[in-house]
Amino acid sequence: MNLLHLQERPAVYLVVAASMLALGVYGMIRRRTLIGMLIAGEIIFSAAMLNLMAVNRFFVSDPSVGQIFVLFIMGLAAAEVAIALSIIIAVYRNYRSIASAELSELSG
Amino acid sequence: MSAFPAADRLVAGIFLLFVATTVAGSVLAVFTTRIIRSVCGLALASIGLAGLYYFLHSPFLALMEILIYIGAVCVTIIFAVMLAEPDEPRPDKPTGRSILWWLGAIVVSGAIFWSVARLGLMGNWPTPAIDRKDGSVHDIGVALLTTYSLAFEVISLVLMVAILGAVAIARSGRHHE
Repeated sequence: MNLLHLQERPAVYLVVAASMLALGVYGMIRRRTLIGMLIAGEIIFSAAMLNLMAVNRFFVSDPSVGQIFVLFIMGLAAAEVAIALSIIIAVYRNYRSIASAELSELSG
Repeated sequence: MSAFPAADRLVAGIFLLFVATTVAGSVLAVFTTRIIRSVCGLALASIGLAGLYYFLHSPFLALMEILIYIGAVCVTIIFAVMLAEPDEPRPDKPTGRSILWWLGAIVVSGAIFWSVARLGLMGNWPTPAIDRKDGSVHDIGVALLTTYSLAFEVISLVLMVAILGAVAIARSGRHHE
């Protein structure tokens, strides 16, 4: 296996994106605070962006489409972080905790 | 074979460094117990991703990744860490239930990794037509203001509503104390 031109192969990027997606899902399940789950969600977003960029670079004829799409995802991720963090702050004010196990008022 | 064989090796080494940074940052972000280290892992993964975008012929997105993810997202999360008390509670003695959850998480994420990586490796990807544009910043700007102008405007609306909503939500609890 030739290591010299590894950056020209789409498989490397796709496997890295798959590993980031798997790590993000693992963190989403295992994390026990809201901020930790938010960070895991950001890792999942990044995996999706890397996947889109790799497919855009290697398999699409117009290379600016994927960049614009990833730019939109970045904007949405920023908005999502702002909203989620304000909700987390509000939850912390009311419950004095952001551990997900203690926010169980609706769990019957 | 290029005229400077060392240059190829240097490029390959930098590429592998960025790949390792991305994966190591993600691992750090997911597996540490302290949230502040987790944020540092997210920043590290973003630096690696910026390098990978550079290798994917998109220096503009590399800069945007650093600006938005490290400059905005990580800093905002750090502010929330300062305001709340985010460290995870100490894990109790491992009971059967928690071991079951752990095994379930391992199995689910392993299955996702295996299937998506296999899809990427084995997929019968098409070869593209000839490039007409080069994907430069000029092309991105023109496309943003012509083909994608509606989505561009709607994104700006979403960002404004998000800012207003964040202020409204985070402010409302202040009177109850």
